Amino acid sequence: MIALLVIHALAATAAPFLVRLLGRRAFWLLALPPAGAAGWALTQTGAVRDGHGPTESLRWVPSLGMNLTFTLDTLAWLMTLIVGGIGALILIYCSSYFERDAPGMGRFAGCLTGFAGAMLGLVTTDDLLVLYLFWEATTVLSYLLIGHKTTSRDSRSAATQALVVTTAGGLAMLIGIVIIGQSAGTYRISEVLAAPPTGTAVTAAVVLLLAGAISKSALVPFHFWLPGAMAAPTPVSAYLHAAAMVKAGIYLIARFAPAYSGLTEWKVTLLTLGGLTMLIGAWRALRQVDLKLLLAYGTVSQLGFISLVVGAGGHGAALAGLGLLLSHALFKSTLFLSVGAIDCRTGTRDLRRLNGLGRRMPWIAGAALLAGLSMAGLPLLMGFFAKEAAFGAFLLGPEYDAGPTGSAGADTLMLAVMVVGSILTFAYTARFLWGAFATAPRRELTEVFDAGPWLTAVPVLLGAGGLVVGLTATWIEPLLAPYADQWVAGDHPVHLGGWHGFNLALLLSVLTWACGAALFAARAPFESAQGRLPRTYSAEQVYRLAMRSLDRASVEVTGAVQRGSLPLSLALILIVFIVVPGSQLLWGGVTWPDQVRWWDNPAQPAVGLVVVAAAVAATRARRRLRAVFLLGVTGYGASMLFLLHGAPDLALTQILVETVSLVVFVLVLRRLSGKFPDDPPRAVRRWRALLGLGVGTVTAAMALTASAVRSTPPSASDLARSAVEFGGGSNIVNVILVDVRAWDTMGELSVVLVAATGVASLVFIGGDVHARGRQLIRASWERRGSYTDVGGAEGSGSRWLAEGGRLAPERRSTIFEVVTRLVFHTIVLWSLYLLFSGHNHPGGGFAAGLMCGLALAVRYLAGSRDELLAAAPVMPGLLMGAGLFLSAGVGLGAMLAGGGPLQSWIFDLHLPLLGHVHLVTSVFFDLGVYLVVIGLMLDILRSLGSRVDTQIEQQDAESVQVAGTHTESGEPAANSSPVREGPMGT
Amino acid sequence: MTPNITLVLVVGVLFSTGVYLLLARSVVRALIGFLLLSNGANILFLIASGRAGRAPIVGRNDGARMSDPLPQALVLTAIVIGLCMTAFMLALAHRSWQLSETDVLADDVEDTRIHRRATDNDMSESDYQDRDRPEDEPVAPHPAGLPVPDGPTTYDDHLDENDDAHDDQKTQTVTGGKEG
Repeated sequence: MIALLVIHALAATAAPFLVRLLGRRAFWLLALPPAGAAGWALTQTGAVRDGHGPTESLRWVPSLGMNLTFTLDTLAWLMTLIVGGIGALILIYCSSYFERDAPGMGRFAGCLTGFAGAMLGLVTTDDLLVLYLFWEATTVLSYLLIGHKTTSRDSRSAATQALVVTTAGGLAMLIGIVIIGQSAGTYRISEVLAAPPTGTAVTAAVVLLLAGAISKSALVPFHFWLPGAMAAPTPVSAYLHAAAMVKAGIYLIARFAPAYSGLTEWKVTLLTLGGLTMLIGAWRALRQVDLKLLLAYGTVSQLGFISLVVGAGGHGAALAGLGLLLSHALFKSTLFLSVGAIDCRTGTRDLRRLNGLGRRMPWIAGAALLAGLSMAGLPLLMGFFAKEAAFGAFLLGPEYDAGPTGSAGADTLMLAVMVVGSILTFAYTARFLWGAFATAPRRELTEVFDAGPWLTAVPVLLGAGGLVVGLTATWIEPLLAPYADQWVAGDHPVHLGGWHGFNLALLLSVLTWACGAALFAARAPFESAQGRLPRTYSAEQVYRLAMRSLDRASVEVTGAVQRGSLPLSLALILIVFIVVPGSQLLWGGVTWPDQVRWWDNPAQPAVGLVVVAAAVAATRARRRLRAVFLLGVTGYGASMLFLLHGAPDLALTQILVETVSLVVFVLVLRRLSGKFPDDPPRAVRRWRALLGLGVGTVTAAMALTASAVRSTPPSASDLARSAVEFGGGSNIVNVILVDVRAWDTMGELSVVLVAATGVASLVFIGGDVHARGRQLIRASWERRGSYTDVGGAEGSGSRWLAEGGRLAPERRSTIFEVVTRLVFHTIVLWSLYLLFSGHNHPGGGFAAGLMCGLALAVRYLAGSRDELLAAAPVMPGLLMGAGLFLSAGVGLGAMLAGGGPLQSWIFDLHLPLLGHVHLVTSVFFDLGVYLVVIGLMLDILRSLGSRVDTQIEQQDAESVQVAGTHTESGEPAANSSPVREGPMGT
Repeated sequence: MTPNITLVLVVGVLFSTGVYLLLARSVVRALIGFLLLSNGANILFLIASGRAGRAPIVGRNDGARMSDPLPQALVLTAIVIGLCMTAFMLALAHRSWQLSETDVLADDVEDTRIHRRATDNDMSESDYQDRDRPEDEPVAPHPAGLPVPDGPTTYDDHLDENDDAHDDQKTQTVTGGKEG
């Protein structure tokens, strides 16, 4: 079974490609998995009848008690045959139904095949949670299938309606499942049924379970989604809304009936709703003029009928219920497919417009007639025998006081409902057949077009199937009996098929036919009488009202809360932060520390004072650069606090990041105004200050109480030993980063990569930036070969930088160039030292990468963008990609070597000259980190540095042109210096 | 575990000042507030990691008490992500400047529109507004007089063209409303 499900999943995934490759012939291939499922079920017939159907199990989520357990008992066997057999035929039908190049056919084929698989899983699984998963899978796929015509508003809204209704029921069901599973101590359906839990909670859970079934099977009051879902292509209606998905609810009822059909809540719910649904559906079917809608309401009616019988419980009703299930699947899919054929070949489904199809489409007419006779309950067809059995089962009540409901009065009432429903069913069947196929004189005959052969063959096959099943009902009964045998058979067993003599059930059937025929004969006055009845409040209106109120509420809430102002939204979040944890702190009875330390060492308060002063001053700064400078003070202060705390790695990284941040800020701020553009009024500032004070106080209080309640020793206390033993390094922080939490670090590298790409994309907008970048790099490489010549021309010895000669003379600073020349290589070397020693000493890939990036920043500041190109003539993307690849490669390599992903290996080698080398493979991981961080730095410098330089120069050039002769040509170039403009001077 | 009051105070001030600036409308000011906040959050980890100690490097300070290395690893990644945030936000500020010569955040147009709809009680965009049709009203797939299509059709929904026309019309009214 698991293999079959996997095949379905594969077929569904491959469907779009198959359709692209083979066109609509692909449906033939896709019909194979469901056909295989049905065929496989047939081979298991004997085993299932003898009560030892196959079972497969695969552990999945043991902590939830959730396993992929599948088993084939009688009910599952019958459902598999229906789902697989009809599914295969409908897929074949699709190969003629669709036009050769119909849009969206690939997606459709995938969804339909996937749906067949989900249905198969749903009916065979023996795990409640897995059942829920398949249940929702069918819901989602049905949403996609109903909404097949994505451009049609009706189609979309019908799909949404079906989704909302069935998902709501499904969620209720999930709650029921969890309660039942927890009460029973197992989620295995067979075990739950063997020893069903009881109690008030379980009764509520059973009702919730029924809510899922009722919504899925379109019982009152959720019935309205099914007629709406007729917006779907007809094969979908035939499969989902007749044979398969709506039967999922019936299946669930049938599955749990042996355990819970004795519950009063169960009986009342199903008998009332089932009976109501049967009558309302049939009543409305009598008024439809669209053949498909007529069938849809007919389906609603039949689903009510089947739920009523299946839910009633008892040996006879169970047998009759399965018979109804089978017959309905056969005749309703036949009828839907016939309507699909009519629609395809005439262009209409309106029975007021169709005329004379019986002669022009004789095969379809024959198939529909067979199916219709079955639906109306006429002899020799399965529908007749199943209905007889249902009547028989309920007649046990008044006749022998042994009926399924346990009360003769209730049995009689249900019998009356069934008879009236059947009369209406007879009448709407006649209306359907007459309207579709009869020839009315004095009216134009409907024009019929040719279409693919399977449009006719499949309905004929299914219609004939209904006849065959009816004729062989006597032989089918023992196959279905194991399900019914879960109840005691009693003295007066009910049988499917065969001749039982002139009994009361037959009399009722005859009555049904007679009244039905009379109703059909009097259809014109009856219809007008129906039309005159006052209009009642309908369930769909309630649904629309609910959805409208939801829309309304969402507009009101969004309009009230989300005013479009970012400060306001942030303030709302922060107020929640102050109010919720704050009130907990005040009144929640939290533990406050008994004793506190004022500081760990006296330097802390000194540094803290500086940080506090800088932070407060930053809030008052009106000039951007001043605020940035004060921010920097807090950052450097924080790094000092790290150092004092005993975290040299943090301190090092923080200092480097703070320095880089300063550079980045200055690079951008040269483009912006010197002062902050916003100057809020005093009241606003006070509000902000109040909020700030609140957040700060709550955070500080949380820090206090969190420290007070902490009792267990740090989890890292054992890390010292394992860091050396398994990580091969003595710097525990670094070992954590590259080994213990290496996965996390990799995730972080991806974030770095995304952020860098984001920066570049925001700054390099327009044009083929990538190609241009490559071109510049190539040019830089070429110049590299001829540096000596250029230097010679400029006067040898004066050139300290590679590209210094390309800089305007007034922008050059000899001291800066000399210093850069002196320190650049030293810094790069130092960064390499940090990288390789990081495993044992403060350092590591992050710090090393930042250090190297700073070296690049120095080169850029000294010699502008050409110098940056000369220093790092690569695209930053290459560095970052290579870095991430290297890090991931270490993980993969460790896996290939037989370890866990990202596991470290330690080698101690003796190399000539170098001597003893202690090599840990995680150094390659750190190398990846190093490269990614350098890539980030290069990207920042290239974007916010070089690129912005270019933009400034372009702007200046334009303004020079505009200004004409008034401006000296030297001025703009001086202004474009990366560090000398605007804000720096202030 | 006893908390370190100095650090608690520093965290409190950094959070307060950070929030104060974060609520500003200038992107750069908000960014500075955010960075103050994140400095505060990093120090918060120090408080949570307990008493100060020697650097967590094996073999250097044996015997002496080591500071807790685990929070340090967490903070280290946070610091680097903070740098990424800085760069990205500044690129955004730069772009905003390029487009509108300011880095002040204006109110969101779409949100303003929804707010106006709420105050005007305008529900015209709901799919469920005034489209009720009584359930048992017969729904014919064809309005009378619609010619039968020339050839066989593959879909069952013949009203689509009308639908789409309806949708288009609606979109137009919406955009028209915006301009007005």
